[in-house]
Amino acid sequence: MSLVARHLEENGIPTVIIGAARDIVEHCGVPRFVFVDFPLGSPCGEPYDVAMQQRIVGAALDLLETATAPRTSVTMPLAWTKGDAWKETVFTPEQPFLSGDQVKNWEARKQRYREQKA
Amino acid sequence: MSLVFRSKNGEDGTVTYVRYMDRIRDYYVSQGYEKPYRWAHFEEVPFTPLKKPLSESKVTLLSTSDVSVRRPEGEALPVVETTVGDVYSVPWNTPVEDLYSRQESFDRYATSLDDLNSYLPLTRLEECVESGRIGAVTDHFHNVNRGYSQKLMNDTSAPVALEKCRDERADIAVLTPV
Repeated sequence: MSLVARHLEENGIPTVIIGAARDIVEHCGVPRFVFVDFPLGSPCGEPYDVAMQQRIVGAALDLLETATAPRTSVTMPLAWTKGDAWKETVFTPEQPFLSGDQVKNWEARKQRYREQKA
Repeated sequence: MSLVFRSKNGEDGTVTYVRYMDRIRDYYVSQGYEKPYRWAHFEEVPFTPLKKPLSESKVTLLSTSDVSVRRPEGEALPVVETTVGDVYSVPWNTPVEDLYSRQESFDRYATSLDDLNSYLPLTRLEECVESGRIGAVTDHFHNVNRGYSQKLMNDTSAPVALEKCRDERADIAVLTPV
């Protein structure tokens, strides 16, 4: 998505990314970024927490108005309700990121791409 | 296996944000994948200022959440929705309850994709139109079928995404990677 944001911006469309993988987005380098320190899958707020989601989307719109230079990031001052234990276990062998079937789908997806390329 | 997770937080007891690049590299090494992924990196970053006030701007939404319209069981998805690197569009006014995410790459131990607005804020942006914070939303939202090839993203996904924005005369794009 960072690459898409860059391309849109190069072609005259202002963008803002709302995301949870801060290091990946900032390593790439994007114009505007709202960092939400939540598990992958909930960048725009906790499920069913409408007020929190409104706050995050509002911050993204604010950033569109206030940023004057690229690599402008804001960090949402929010904490995941159930605590930060997920940070210790995400992408570890104790908690495989994809289940067995999902790994198969991932491999199939890679194979599809190889076929698309051929 | 005695793999050391260099990327684990909390060596000094502090918890901070997850370093996914380190974590993912360590994880895939532990799973037997040898070639580490090279993440995109640029020194220069483009920037386009807003052309008009938000209250007069049309906003589009792009995501990698692989959201589709629910279909009768057995009915195949359109090819564009499963082609790696392609971008597809869904009418924004589709009732949220008729949509679902096919994305499998998320932290399923910590959260769920049951509430679209936690990763694809369709309703939240509609509310911003109602309140006058933004001028309008586009007729469609768009999904980028994420791939691992940066070349594919740069040569295909990004130009198609741009075309979609231009077709709908979007002034601004909100992007939500999942």
